[in-house]
Amino acid sequence: MNPYITNTPQEVGQMLKIIGVEDIDALFADIKPEHRPRSFDLPQGLSEYEVVRRLTALSLKNNVHVTPFIGGGYYDHYIPSVVSALTSRGEFYTAYTPYQPECAQGTLQALFEYQSSMCALTGMEVSNASLYDGGTALYEAMMMAIRITGRNKVIVDGGVSPIYRKILKTYTHHLSYEFQETPVVHGQSSRDEIQRLLDRDTAVVILQNPNFFGAIDDLTDIIQKAHGVGALAIVSVYPISLGLLKTPAEMGADIVTGEGQSLGLPLNFGGPYLGFMCARKKYIRKMPGRIVGQTVDSKGQRCFVNTLQAREQHIRREKATSNICTNVSLCALQAAIFMAVVGKNGLKEMAQLNLDKAEYAKQLLSKIKGVEVKRSAPSFNEFTVHLPKDASQVVAAMMKKGFAAGFPLGRYYPGMERYLLVAVTEKRTKEEIDRYAKNLQEVLS
Amino acid sequence: MELIFERSVAGRKGFCFGPSDVPVHAHISPNYARQQEAPLPEVSELDVVRHYTRLSQKNFSIDTHFYPLGSCTMKYNPKFTESLARLSGFTDLHPLLAQLSGGEQWTQGALQILYELEQWMCEMTGFSHFTMQPLAGAHGELTGIMLMAAYHKARGNSKKKYVIIPDSAHGTNPASAAVAGYETITIPSNKDGGMDLEALKAAVNEETAGLMMTVPSTYGVFEPNISEISTIIHAVDGIMYYDGANLNAVLGRCRPGDVGFDVMHINTHKTFTTPHGGGGPGSGPVGVNEKLSPFLPISRVVKHSDGMYALDYNYAKSIGYIASFYGNFGLLVRAYAYMLMLGKEGLIDTSDHAVLNANYIMKKLEPYYKICFDRICMHESVFSASKQAQRGVHAIDIAKFLIDQQIHPPTVYFPISVPEAIMIEPTETESKKTMDDFIAKMIEADELSINDPAAFKEFPKTMPIARPDEVKAARDVKTSFFLPTSDAA
Repeated sequence: MNPYITNTPQEVGQMLKIIGVEDIDALFADIKPEHRPRSFDLPQGLSEYEVVRRLTALSLKNNVHVTPFIGGGYYDHYIPSVVSALTSRGEFYTAYTPYQPECAQGTLQALFEYQSSMCALTGMEVSNASLYDGGTALYEAMMMAIRITGRNKVIVDGGVSPIYRKILKTYTHHLSYEFQETPVVHGQSSRDEIQRLLDRDTAVVILQNPNFFGAIDDLTDIIQKAHGVGALAIVSVYPISLGLLKTPAEMGADIVTGEGQSLGLPLNFGGPYLGFMCARKKYIRKMPGRIVGQTVDSKGQRCFVNTLQAREQHIRREKATSNICTNVSLCALQAAIFMAVVGKNGLKEMAQLNLDKAEYAKQLLSKIKGVEVKRSAPSFNEFTVHLPKDASQVVAAMMKKGFAAGFPLGRYYPGMERYLLVAVTEKRTKEEIDRYAKNLQEVLS
Repeated sequence: MELIFERSVAGRKGFCFGPSDVPVHAHISPNYARQQEAPLPEVSELDVVRHYTRLSQKNFSIDTHFYPLGSCTMKYNPKFTESLARLSGFTDLHPLLAQLSGGEQWTQGALQILYELEQWMCEMTGFSHFTMQPLAGAHGELTGIMLMAAYHKARGNSKKKYVIIPDSAHGTNPASAAVAGYETITIPSNKDGGMDLEALKAAVNEETAGLMMTVPSTYGVFEPNISEISTIIHAVDGIMYYDGANLNAVLGRCRPGDVGFDVMHINTHKTFTTPHGGGGPGSGPVGVNEKLSPFLPISRVVKHSDGMYALDYNYAKSIGYIASFYGNFGLLVRAYAYMLMLGKEGLIDTSDHAVLNANYIMKKLEPYYKICFDRICMHESVFSASKQAQRGVHAIDIAKFLIDQQIHPPTVYFPISVPEAIMIEPTETESKKTMDDFIAKMIEADELSINDPAAFKEFPKTMPIARPDEVKAARDVKTSFFLPTSDAA
């Protein structure tokens, strides 16, 4: 049963006759008997209706009705309906990589606009057309910095997402790089420790703002010190925060990456997401991934093409800047449409709502006995609280009351079992925050 | 067409967040605040809708055009998988929920899908385990090569230096091997499109870490000597990597795990028709046999005796985290729905008809275009426009001619070892009528190359743009609206 095969038995017969074979089996004659499957024991097919019923039932086994105060780099933001209405157009999502620019200007111009909006957001000069996700984008940025500097020592701040740091380690443990992690002190990057490790062998310092604990920082001084020894600085950023926060470009960053999920992409249990990468223009030829550029056609009209392809694997093969041969075009399109519809003022408004609601939540939580809100560093929409007992137990108890209360830091930071990371987006209402605080108080008492 | 930034009018809004309902107005101290607002567009929702709708209409896509792009498998993407992937029980699920203490109970549906996909893929390919984590085919390749490296390291074998790759391979193969720290050795193909066994034997030694092979190859040919190749590689404890880019040709006809391969990746957009999205997101699950399974990335999805699904991070030999979470879940849902609907027979049908359609086109075009390998092809066929090129009409010119005929061109200039290559993959979802129309246009192109070769330089004439100046794009780098024009990098 395969409703997507269109040829009738009659047409199949005509085609076989023209090819000059008896039946379809004859077309597989090159596969010798000893190469045939030992088994292919799969279930019988189902009707569309049965599949819909089964998948709908599975979707209902996931609890998406708890009120989320969980973030960790992935946030429950509102996505205007216009975003999916436009990305659902078959002309966008059933196209392939724009290899033939004359019949792919839609995708190419949209990616050019995406790159432009990412530059607007981060303040950087250039952007690629996207990478897989925030974690793998950070890895690609690290490799790019190693290529640019020709050095092999990497300093990673402990405030960089522990998930990202695990990814960096996986990809490099078999290669000969020196990998140094620096601690977080009072919620912020340790200037002293980074300074101590920086030397003429250092390729790059990797930072994150806001950091995993939610703290915001001005990283200008660290970046200056890195530049002082000829190292580069990568900053991983949270795009929505850039509605208000100092841009990585203003801090002097060389390469900027991040997770673009907050720019109009659903949480989707971890993907597809959007890895973004921006940089100084002088490094564009060392950048991995697709890049769309403006040019003119033979009539002199403005148009867009994949450019600087001499960096890429399909031309350079083993000498390519990366093995990546795809971007996440459709996710980049989602982000481009999101940034266009939310726009210049909307982004600032959205960021302010996140800041205000998180601040309100902080005030309420700090009034609960035994709860200590970490205030040593300012935060954006996520912050760390210290609880009088194990945070994962508190989260489990809160789950029963209908709240995803946050992310227990002990999961990735041994010794921080009593710390909870709480995220509050623009979607959380005052009433939800009030109920959250009230229930947390009950759970702790 | 104007850019969205050029439609911008100061003060115009596309979206209202509404007033804040909390009695707090916080400030960011100037040290931490951005100096100027991000210069994003200021447009209305209607501006956005018209702009992106009009942009979409400048694309060729499967929904609108025949798209026989070889090696890319541009087959129909069923609509029901789209609507299922958009169920809120999937889209609104936070990935960290599953990592909370007891969190698996809140994510049973998602974990069950990942678990069952693994079972399906194992049975389809003859492997013992799969990870759904790789985020694209090339990411799967890199993961597979890292598993290869972990295997050699665990055996204390530090001699392994080279990965062997045939000349017909996708460029991602050598790039993935290089990123994982290996050098690559290229093996030429023989006149039938198979691997040159003598060249392979000469290249293999104790330093061979493994071999990467696409089966059927990008020449559209099923390698007849798989068993011999596998014996040669395994004799030096090398790992056999199956690039599953073309798995869609052999479902139910051959399983990589049965014929000597140790590891593979699947491109779900090819075999399981998840949408290509204009170039991603992809999804590249990786399968392994028992030899490599201890090294698979974490987390892995397990099923407990009480029927509960859970994430398991407890694998001491694992290579670790290769992605932030559990794979491109939204695409995996689509692949799962497609498999459930097709079932065993339907999946076999996809390969059968993909191969039938490819052979039909090859047979019909054979009198007009030089075929590279005079034998039955699998899901795609490779021609060379060498005859037309002698008349001054190159593969790219034929591609541009087809665009004016409202057909997306086949892949051209790949495989790179074939001069003037034209690679045609119709897929199983296209009808004889659509293919006959395409064949007629290809024959028309051949005739025109005889009668008026100069005409080709003008194509395409009917598109929003004529041929672009790609040299200028690379020389005068303008990759953002905010970069000054004609400022060389």
